[in-house]
Amino acid sequence: MAFIRHNLVRIVNTISVLNTNFWRWFHQLASPPHVFALAGRVCPWFAGLAIIFLVAGTYGGLVLAPADYLQGDGFRIIYVHVPSAYLGMLAYMVMASSAAIGFIWRMKMAHGLAVSAAPLGAWFTVLALVTGGIWGKPMWGTYWQWADARLMSELMLLFLFLGYMVLRASFDDRDKADRISAILAVVGVINIPIIHYSVEWWSTLHQGPTIAKLDEPSITMDMLIPLLIMIIGFTAFFGWLLCKRLQGEILKRERQTRWVDGLIKGRTA
Amino acid sequence: MMEFMLMGGYAGYVWSAYGITMLVLVANVWMAYRFHAKWLKRAQEEGMTKVSTRQPRVRRIS
Amino acid sequence: MDIFILILLRDLRLSFRRWNELAMPLLFFIIIASLFPLASSPEISQLRDYGGAVIWISALLSSLLALDGLFRVDAEDGSMEQLILSPTPLGVIVLAKIIAHWIVSGVPLVIASPLLALSFYLPLEALPVFILAIALATPILSVLAAIGAALTVSLRGGGALIGLLMLPMMVPVLIFGTWATDAAVQGENPIGALLLLASLAILSISLGPLAAAGAVKVAME
Repeated sequence: MAFIRHNLVRIVNTISVLNTNFWRWFHQLASPPHVFALAGRVCPWFAGLAIIFLVAGTYGGLVLAPADYLQGDGFRIIYVHVPSAYLGMLAYMVMASSAAIGFIWRMKMAHGLAVSAAPLGAWFTVLALVTGGIWGKPMWGTYWQWADARLMSELMLLFLFLGYMVLRASFDDRDKADRISAILAVVGVINIPIIHYSVEWWSTLHQGPTIAKLDEPSITMDMLIPLLIMIIGFTAFFGWLLCKRLQGEILKRERQTRWVDGLIKGRTA
Repeated sequence: MMEFMLMGGYAGYVWSAYGITMLVLVANVWMAYRFHAKWLKRAQEEGMTKVSTRQPRVRRIS
Repeated sequence: MDIFILILLRDLRLSFRRWNELAMPLLFFIIIASLFPLASSPEISQLRDYGGAVIWISALLSSLLALDGLFRVDAEDGSMEQLILSPTPLGVIVLAKIIAHWIVSGVPLVIASPLLALSFYLPLEALPVFILAIALATPILSVLAAIGAALTVSLRGGGALIGLLMLPMMVPVLIFGTWATDAAVQGENPIGALLLLASLAILSISLGPLAAAGAVKVAME
């Protein structure tokens, strides 16, 4: 009996220590100098990972992967199209969740992260639309198909990113800009499941889901691996530029404060 | 080598897709670094001009 | 509950006083829909092809029209601050305003849509599904328009921005609505699209007022 009670106490203590540490870590993320330093430390790792995996993935996709039975070498566009589309959605989730956190906990740094993610997400979505169109022309005979639900949802995602940035710019008060555009970002989250499931709900132009099917994926391993490598590479690339932009955003918001002053003096000293 | 360049007849599509992708990625790196550098420079120029708006803790002597 | 009915009746009364604002979304709806056959071809076969889409797009665009007065008028004369301070949750008050807006702009659309559908030679058998789809869609459009109005209430030139922000959100409504219409016209089963529309309606009516209320509170600070 005492054995059970003793271990129960140990478990509860461990959990409460973990809990305290988590909240300490979380609240530290509200501190600009802390986040700035963290971004600076993490950035080179993301950069290195990105470059290695992007190069490896490109080589794998262009050279190592076998040509497709139906589409020949044209299918290789998948190695840039799918990671771009995926990163567009990931960027939106990052933007929406950090905007929501910033709204709820009133953390400027969270809004800063959302602001940094927005232009990156917009570019990834543009890339997905352009490479998708280029891929579509030889395969389905057309660059664009207005009726395709996934294309439309991707376009919608692009407008959500642009809308977030335009709405922000309309407000002079930065705090108001942060919080109002946070509401827009959260409302737009419904678009993500629509894009994801649109491929299953409509069988118009887009091919069926390739990776996310729970039974055997309809793609062979030697074609799949470069795709996964490229996805990791794109994600690391996103993290790299997110850190860089976040640092710039922090400098923009905090540039007249003492800690930034100390940082600059420390740099140039 | 020629076969690689031709991409089984899809050369125009594949290379333009990869080319645009690389262009966009590199351009984004450039833009991010430029953004960072711009605000670092502004921070250096402006210095510590922001006066702290924190209210002093008033202690009542009773 | 009292304040809910109060605000609903008040907004309705205010709208009916300015009857020109009542008529505008409906007239806009009819005019836009009429422009398409003028611009392209009045051939019956072609009209039938794009008729459904045209009516849906006109509905989307006219839903954006009547919403400027939704929050801005109250915000400017100070009554919005009083509403924020009231014990009733702002979400409830916003819902009342949205319902008033829907009665004024959405319901006329639902009533006019079968007439427009017939003028585009849509088959008679497709009409019930079509009317149902529009009836499900107009509340969603009203909620989305209200969110857009709430986001931009403190901005001066908000009108076009609301369109930019909310039209992307309205695209699923367009997709499901035209899907249901096409299914009905082709004689297929439209129940999938209708259920999706219904779920979007429930989602937007339950959560939309909260988002709009949050935005109004932030804007009024």
